[in-house]
Amino acid sequence: MAVMTYREALNLALREEMRRDPRVFVIGEEVGLYEGAYKVTQGLLKEFGEKRIIDTPIAESGFTGIGVGAAMLGLRPVVEMMTFNFSILALDQIVNSAAKMLYMSGGQYNVPLVVRGPGGPAAQLAAQHSQSMETYFYHVPGLKVVRPSTPADAKGLLKSAIRDDNPVIFIEAETLYAVKGEVPDDPDFTIPLGKAIVRREGTDVTVIAYMGMMYRALEVAEDLAKDGISVEIVDPRTLRPMDTATIVGSVRKTHRAVVLEAGAGFAGMGSEISAFITENAFDDLDAPVERVTGENAPMPYARNLELLKTPSKAKIAAAIRRVCYA
Amino acid sequence: MITKVVMPKLSDAMETGKVIQWLKKEGDAVKGGDIIAEIETDKANVEIEAFGGGVLRKIVVGPGGQVPVGDLIAIIAEPSDDVSGVVAASPSRGEAPSVAARANEKPSTAAPARSLPPMETYQSVPATTKVVPMAEAPSPALVATASGRVKASPLARKIAAQSGIDLRVISGSGPAGRIVRRDVEGALSAPRPAPAVSPAPTPSPGPARPAVFVIPSRADAEFEDMALTPMRAAIARRMPLSKAPVPHFYVTSELAMDRAMELRTELNGLDGQPKISVNDLVIKACAFALLKNPGVNASLVAAAGGAGDQPPQAIRVHRRAHIGLAVALEQGLITPVLRDCDVKPLGRIAVEARDLAERARAGKLRAQEMSGATFTISNLGMFDVEEFSAIINPPEGAILAVGSVVEKPVVDNGQIRVGRRMKVTVSCDHRVMDGAMGARFLQDVKRLLEEPLRLLL
Repeated sequence: MAVMTYREALNLALREEMRRDPRVFVIGEEVGLYEGAYKVTQGLLKEFGEKRIIDTPIAESGFTGIGVGAAMLGLRPVVEMMTFNFSILALDQIVNSAAKMLYMSGGQYNVPLVVRGPGGPAAQLAAQHSQSMETYFYHVPGLKVVRPSTPADAKGLLKSAIRDDNPVIFIEAETLYAVKGEVPDDPDFTIPLGKAIVRREGTDVTVIAYMGMMYRALEVAEDLAKDGISVEIVDPRTLRPMDTATIVGSVRKTHRAVVLEAGAGFAGMGSEISAFITENAFDDLDAPVERVTGENAPMPYARNLELLKTPSKAKIAAAIRRVCYA
Repeated sequence: MITKVVMPKLSDAMETGKVIQWLKKEGDAVKGGDIIAEIETDKANVEIEAFGGGVLRKIVVGPGGQVPVGDLIAIIAEPSDDVSGVVAASPSRGEAPSVAARANEKPSTAAPARSLPPMETYQSVPATTKVVPMAEAPSPALVATASGRVKASPLARKIAAQSGIDLRVISGSGPAGRIVRRDVEGALSAPRPAPAVSPAPTPSPGPARPAVFVIPSRADAEFEDMALTPMRAAIARRMPLSKAPVPHFYVTSELAMDRAMELRTELNGLDGQPKISVNDLVIKACAFALLKNPGVNASLVAAAGGAGDQPPQAIRVHRRAHIGLAVALEQGLITPVLRDCDVKPLGRIAVEARDLAERARAGKLRAQEMSGATFTISNLGMFDVEEFSAIINPPEGAILAVGSVVEKPVVDNGQIRVGRRMKVTVSCDHRVMDGAMGARFLQDVKRLLEEPLRLLL
């Protein structure tokens, strides 16, 4: 077990998988000579050479299309989005080509593609670079969507994503790259896609949260513990396929649920999670499922407004108290 | 053709009704006579029928919705009919039957269908123009709804169901009075009997000393206030309306039941014939006696406007014997009506009376089976009651209280022998009839039961 940053864990996962499987290659903007805008591909060009670490022009649709074609022909491309907001330019390649190719080719072509990069609100990245892009992808049949919250998850889930035979959307976070944590050394350590994890055990309320919201929930849980409210936190880790059994199981135990979501709430992840909780655990609920989401507005640049737009600890605590009738 | 389905008036006492469930969905084809919904009144659950055919186009009041009698609850029409005008004109404006949406509607005592302006004037009103703030003062309709519908979390309902606790006796601590888990658990733990108190060890000073009786500490509540069920509330409201303003008088008679019991044994020995109860014989006897004594089969007709202190307008003498049968239930009683007892043969009466009683206990009576009695029979014979007197169920003019058939010594031609006797007491409305009329009625009942072959004629 080594302590390393989230960034280093991703780098290690790429390195291990490229060593393990010569079909794996990385393609994207500034991934080679510059070693990645957030230094996730540091040292990879030196170790694997420019045939496997490929710098591209600023052309997301083009290099994502190269990735789809390469995957169809048997390679295992890892496409880096400098920020996931840029994937909007590659949406047609991801949604119409990668996600549907296995279906439309009658099973002849699968697309073992990983599209990875940072997304979600960060620190003053403003309206166009702060979006929770997972909402654009988990709606699409044929895509798997991963949001890893810790260094160990980043490594274990990225390795599983690369080994998966289907297209996987893997969205990291600028704010988490420097987070440190213990990461298993075993080069065969992986975390299966579609498995949630209980980050904190509790008895009174289940909070479902991932990425930055998960860390914020942990802080709120400590505060509320002083008032005798015991918060359980479930991190889905993979949004699609979603581990509904773990979430529903937790709600059956606590009888209350609050879903956190950094992005705007309308038709968001919280809507989906609260819907299946209501469908599967209705008779176990002692209160309506609450959602705490970002405000319905573009992300402002001004720091004070940015803080108002994202779910605050106070709002999260208030929602938890409401469902606990406390 | 557009058929408006309105909350039916299922009993004289009924002011509001609650939809329990719809047995047809919007879009289902229905024909006249189909059972389309179940309604809960203050007395019982009843099924309502469609009075017109077509398609159930719109359910205006959903399950759980409580509305005044006469309010639109659904629309049956042909698929091509435009029903938007009907929905817009209905008091609840076709919106979901929420409490809020109804909060400022006054329950109308006039027939709503007549009091509404023509539909056309309403058609331009958008269905959503009315926004009613939750905070408005509750109208009587809202209060009625609040008392009928219990707000509880799903978990609280589950725990209550598992532990057999009635949610209506719990007050909720959640938002807007929602009953949540802690309320149910609190109610479960509060009135629990105190655990057995182990007596303090007492040094025994000697054997002959009388023990001091110590009342053990009793932690349980001294009393408990139970909420009235809708049925109990209705009975509590209705009975003083009878006993106070209606001057009752009582006439009791003892009947020799030997021959009736013999006849019954003989009839019940017949193959393939319905079993006849003593009560069936009493029903038939009363039916004949009522037609012979129409003054007892009578009601007082109140003056139009209905104010209690106005002079009564007429005495309505019924030419049919529709007999209400008081059926005891766990939570009260109900009187389904067996119609046309004067013309139905005894076997038919036996079958129908049993069916009515069974369905009354199961809460499955139809609307029309609960009103329209001209006279009522209340029989407590199965409880080993020798005699009692009953309270008249207005607007009926009289009610017969029937005791048990008992064996007792009787004098017959100077000889004492064991006879079977039954006491009946008729309670009569003195505004409608006098003592002699009641006595003559009982005389006829007595003669019919003592010469019971007359019941078969």
